[in-house]
Amino acid sequence: MAKKLDSSFLNMFLSLVLVSAGMAAVLALVYISTKEPIARAEKQKTENAVKNVIPAFDKLLIKKIAVEGADSITLNYGYKSDSLVGIAVETFTNKGFGGKIKCVIGVLPNGNINNIGGFEMRETPGLGTKLKDAKFLTQFLGKNPVNFKLKVKKDGGQVDAITAATVSSRAFCDAAQKAFTAIEKGGKK
Amino acid sequence: MSNLKYFTNGLLKENPTFVIVFGTCPTLAITTTALNGIGMGLATTFVMVFSNMFVCMLKNYIPDKVRIAAYIVIIAGFVTVVDMLMKAYTPSIYAALGIFIQLIVVNCVVLGRAEAFAQKNRLWPSILDGLGMGLGFTLALTLIASVREILGSGSFFNVKFVSEDAKTILMFLLPPGAFITYGFLIVIVNRLKKAINI
Repeated sequence: MAKKLDSSFLNMFLSLVLVSAGMAAVLALVYISTKEPIARAEKQKTENAVKNVIPAFDKLLIKKIAVEGADSITLNYGYKSDSLVGIAVETFTNKGFGGKIKCVIGVLPNGNINNIGGFEMRETPGLGTKLKDAKFLTQFLGKNPVNFKLKVKKDGGQVDAITAATVSSRAFCDAAQKAFTAIEKGGKK
Repeated sequence: MSNLKYFTNGLLKENPTFVIVFGTCPTLAITTTALNGIGMGLATTFVMVFSNMFVCMLKNYIPDKVRIAAYIVIIAGFVTVVDMLMKAYTPSIYAALGIFIQLIVVNCVVLGRAEAFAQKNRLWPSILDGLGMGLGFTLALTLIASVREILGSGSFFNVKFVSEDAKTILMFLLPPGAFITYGFLIVIVNRLKKAINI
């Protein structure tokens, strides 16, 4: 077996540079080859979510509404034979237990919530992640924020929070509220 | 001397989770569903096989004084590779594991095996050691996660076997449940090991 290199300055310098350069090359290669699949997977996810939350449409119009500095909420207006069938709102909140929560809320032209999906979050697995379970979400379906207060019961609203995940439930209410504010700004057309 | 024993070593005899008690941070944090356990375990296995392989191949060209720095660069590189691959091809598991994939970098079982095994052994044993240790880690995570998922959410691999409203033992999904499950499983596995004498 060959002898180990001495720990001389030059050897240490060269070996670290070469190891780093080698790994950088590997990373660059993987980055280039996965860039497209990653973008596709993300786009696919959003598209599926949009399709799931509003009734069938044949034309989609996208509008971005700026909120809170650099962030924006995307409104997807779905049309079928030129009449609006629903708006899929890609909304978010930063108040989650694990930071940002993103989800897509589908709203009918009359303002009722049609369906909710496309969750992206870092909530506690098994607790906060129950946000995406039907048990929590069904209470929102068919509701209109005009007469349904989007706040958990503890805060004087009408939303049943998830046991042991009040912070996450609150965060979802915040995201939903943002979605409706965005619709007001974006108009219902 | 058969190379096979390097592989089986990590599965039970020196299981990284139950015997060496390495890498407890991801073990406790992500074992809430069995699927997460398997995903995390396999990601770690991938990293360990490649980091052991590269550390072993480069061991004579890396001076002793900077070896840890060089190993960490190699490990971090492969973790990022896994990260990007999972993001591209298994987005749902990636979404559930989140930050813990990146944290494989500081999982001491990876650096531990590079330091304690790969830099002192030949290529094939090192690769097999990485594979065995990784799969041992996967097995352990899946076992802990199964117990926690069954008791905590009343499901197994996301298949629910209790009704939606049933009260499950929520504590098992929370950190204390992780510690309790982990502690009891260490006792059981080590007793078992003694009983079958390996």
